[in-house]
Amino acid sequence: MSDRGTYIERPNRPLQVYAAIFLIVLYVPILFIPLFSFNDSIYVSFPLTGFTTKWYSELWSREPLWNALWNSVKVGAVVSVICTILGVIAARAITRYRMPGKSALVTFLMMPLVIPGIIFGVALLVLLSRAGVPLSLYTVGLGHLIVCLPFAVATLLPRFEGFDPSMEEASADLGENGWFTFWRVTFPMVFPGVVASLLLTFTISFDEFIMAFFLTGTDPTLPMYIWGQLRFPQQFPSVLAMSSLILFASFVLVFIAQWIGRMGLEKK
Amino acid sequence: MTDTSLLPDQTADAIAPRRRGARLTAMLHRRESLRGYLFMSPTLAIMAVGIVAPFILLLTMSTWTRQGFDFDTTPTFANYLRVWSEPIFGALMQRSFWISGVATVATVLVCYPMAYFVAFHVHKHKMLWLILMTLPFWTSYLLRVFAWKVILGYEGVINSGFLALGWIEEPLKVLLYSQTAVIITLAHAWAAFAILPLYVSLEKIDRSLLEAATDLGDGPVRRFFRITLPLSMPGVIAASFLIFIPTTGDYITPALLGGPNGQMIGNFIQLQFGPVNNWPMGATLSIVLMLWIAAIGLAFLYLTRVARKRLA
Repeated sequence: MSDRGTYIERPNRPLQVYAAIFLIVLYVPILFIPLFSFNDSIYVSFPLTGFTTKWYSELWSREPLWNALWNSVKVGAVVSVICTILGVIAARAITRYRMPGKSALVTFLMMPLVIPGIIFGVALLVLLSRAGVPLSLYTVGLGHLIVCLPFAVATLLPRFEGFDPSMEEASADLGENGWFTFWRVTFPMVFPGVVASLLLTFTISFDEFIMAFFLTGTDPTLPMYIWGQLRFPQQFPSVLAMSSLILFASFVLVFIAQWIGRMGLEKK
Repeated sequence: MTDTSLLPDQTADAIAPRRRGARLTAMLHRRESLRGYLFMSPTLAIMAVGIVAPFILLLTMSTWTRQGFDFDTTPTFANYLRVWSEPIFGALMQRSFWISGVATVATVLVCYPMAYFVAFHVHKHKMLWLILMTLPFWTSYLLRVFAWKVILGYEGVINSGFLALGWIEEPLKVLLYSQTAVIITLAHAWAAFAILPLYVSLEKIDRSLLEAATDLGDGPVRRFFRITLPLSMPGVIAASFLIFIPTTGDYITPALLGGPNGQMIGNFIQLQFGPVNNWPMGATLSIVLMLWIAAIGLAFLYLTRVARKRLA
C-alpha cells in the first residue's frame, strides 16, 4: 500500500497535528475519572487538593455499590449469553437458507438501532405495567435483550457469511449428524465472532442507562446507582474509584475482544 | 431446539420420494425456507414480545386520556390535538432536532479529517489507531457526560484555566447548562459512530482514481472535492443517521448539562411517565417523535438518492 501512490499519501503535517489534538480532546474527559478518584476531596472540581488512595480502600465498605455492580454483572452475563445464542441461530439461518422476506426480517431485527432507546424504554414500561409484571432485574434484562440483539446479529453475520457451507456438507457426508456438525465444524469456525458478540453485548448491557432507568424495580444496576449518587458528594469519590477500576478492566477486555475478533479474519 | 427443528424435515423426507421433478424442487425450496424460519423463530419471538407488542400498546395508550390516577380508555385524538395546537410541544421537538442536528454535523465535520488521516496517512498499525479512537466509547456514557460537567462547570477546567491565564475576568456562565454544552458533549460522546463509517468509506476508495485525478492536473483541493468527498458520501450519510437518531431522544446529556434551555424531547417524555404522571401524553409524544424521525430519515434518503442521480 505504502509504495503505491506515494505522492498522494505523503505525510501531511497539519493533519498529524490535528490527529494529535483530536486524541487529546477525546481522552481528557475520560482520564478525569481516574484523576479525581485519587483526589483528596469529596468535590469533583479543580484545583486538586492532594493525592489519596482512601477512596479505593473505602470501596470495601460500600455495600450498595457492590450490590449494584453485581446486579449489572448478572444482567450483563445472562443477556450476553442469550443474545449470542439467539444471534448464532439467527445469523446461521439468514446466511444458510433462502427465505422469502429475508431482507425484511433482517431490517426488522436491526430496528432497535434506528429508534431512540427512550421510546423502547417507555413502550416496554407500558406493556409490563399493563400486564401487571412487577419491575425487577428481569425486566431490565428483557429491555437489554432488545437493545443488544441487533449488535449480536450484526457481529455474527459477517462470520457466517465468510465461511464456506461446503465444510458443513463435507461433515454431513462423512456421517456426522446435524448437532455434531454444528459443534465440531460450524462452532469452531465462528468462535471468534461468538466471543466478540459476548463481549460486545455484555459491555452494552453493563453500561446501558435509559432502559434500566424505566424498567428497574428496587434493585438498581450500576449506571442507575451512579445516577442516584451524582447528587451526593460524600459517596461520589468511591463511585469514581469503582469506575476507574471498571475503566481499566474494560480497556483490557476491549483489547482482548479486538484481538480475538481479528484473529480468524486476518489469517485469510 | 434441535429436536423440534428436525420434525418438519422428517415429515418432509417421508413425503418427498413420492413427488418428482419440479414439485420436488419446489418442496425442497419450501422446506429450506421453513427451516430458516424455524431457526429464526426464537429471535423473532423475543422481538415480537419486546418490540411489536409494546408498540401496539403504546399506540393504543396514546389515544387514551388521563383520568385522575387512572386512564380513560375511550379512544380519542385529544393528545395528538394538544401536541399539534400547544406551541410548547412543537418548540421542544424543534429544539431537539436542532440540537441533535447541529451535534451531528459538528461530529461528522470534526471526525472526517481524523478518519481521512487514518485511511490515507497511517500505513502501519492501522488497527491500533482504530482501537485507540474507539476505546473511550466503552467507558460509562454517564460518567463521560459527567466529566464534561467538570470541564464546563462554573469552577470547571475551562473557566479556571482561562482565569489563571488571564483571558477572562470572571467565569463564563454560558458554558454549562446551555445548548452549547449539550452539543459539545453529544459530539464527544458519539464520535466513534462517525469515525468508523467514515473510515470504512474512505478506506474503500480506489487509490488509482486519485492518481488519475492528479495526473490529469487536479490539485489536492480540487481532487478532494471532485473524487474523495463524493466517494465518501455513503460514510457521511451512515454516520449522520447513526448519530442523529439516537441523540434526538437522548435523556442523560440534556438532563445533566442542558439547564432549562437545553431540555430535549426525551426529558419531556420522561417527565410524562415520571413526575407529571400523564402516561397517555408520554405515549403520544413517543409516537410523534418516532414519526418525525421516520419522516426526516426518509426525506434525507430521498434527497441523497436525487443527488446521486444528478451526479451520475
